Amino acid sequence: MDMQNIENQFTEFQSQLATLDKKTAENKLSMVVFSGDLDKIIAAFVIATGAVAMGMDAVMFFTFWGTPVLRDAKKNAGGKDAFGKMFGAMLPKGMGQVKLSKMNMGGMGTAMMKSLMKKKNVASLEEFLAMAEELGVRIFICEMSMDLMGFKRDEMIDYENLTFCGVAKFLEEAANSKVQLFI
Amino acid sequence: MSDDIKVDKVFDLKGLPCPMPVVKVSKGIKEVEIGQVIEAQSTDPGSLTDFPAWARTSGNEILKTEQDDDVIKFYIKRNA
Repeated sequence: MDMQNIENQFTEFQSQLATLDKKTAENKLSMVVFSGDLDKIIAAFVIATGAVAMGMDAVMFFTFWGTPVLRDAKKNAGGKDAFGKMFGAMLPKGMGQVKLSKMNMGGMGTAMMKSLMKKKNVASLEEFLAMAEELGVRIFICEMSMDLMGFKRDEMIDYENLTFCGVAKFLEEAANSKVQLFI
Repeated sequence: MSDDIKVDKVFDLKGLPCPMPVVKVSKGIKEVEIGQVIEAQSTDPGSLTDFPAWARTSGNEILKTEQDDDVIKFYIKRNA
């Protein structure tokens, strides 16, 4: 085999390796947070923060009923149409207003669950969010849900790794993640 | 503390539920050098499954697990 031949083979191997590299999933968790229920959001944050502890990157995509959970209770945004105002009023404004998916019982069940969580030292949603931020969990918010429900960017939470995106961004992250979840 | 293992740092995780023990220990182990040993004390029964899973995934080594009453003690050597 002459040198030229070896060189050609080497270049071919290199490009094959690069292709393989692109196909190999990263040690990452990509999660869609579709629900806006207290129980499901807690599960999502337990898994996301746990993933970082396990040495993974964690990415959360908030869409549909998950979107209003990331509104900041202290912020207000003007310039909304009638539908935007209606959604704004009917959906939870921030983590403090999120309810259980079952046994809410007019808010009694949620209050009971929250006091039980406190008693058992389970972190609150607010604490989970702060922990996720500290651990470097990236959060993406679906731009289409924002638009549909009339939410404005300036009424969303302050969070270090927060990006507004569409489905392509989620798919890019999910395609090279070892674990994908829909909650 | 175990007789035969030299512990370099102790983490009191008692009373903390999932996912805190694993979150804290994954951060805490970085506070010692590679080769050093930490002792993690947990009261979460799930830790018995979770700590070995975390150790296997993160490449660290559980030298010994002790349980007295409700407290589970893990002696973990930092390998990674």
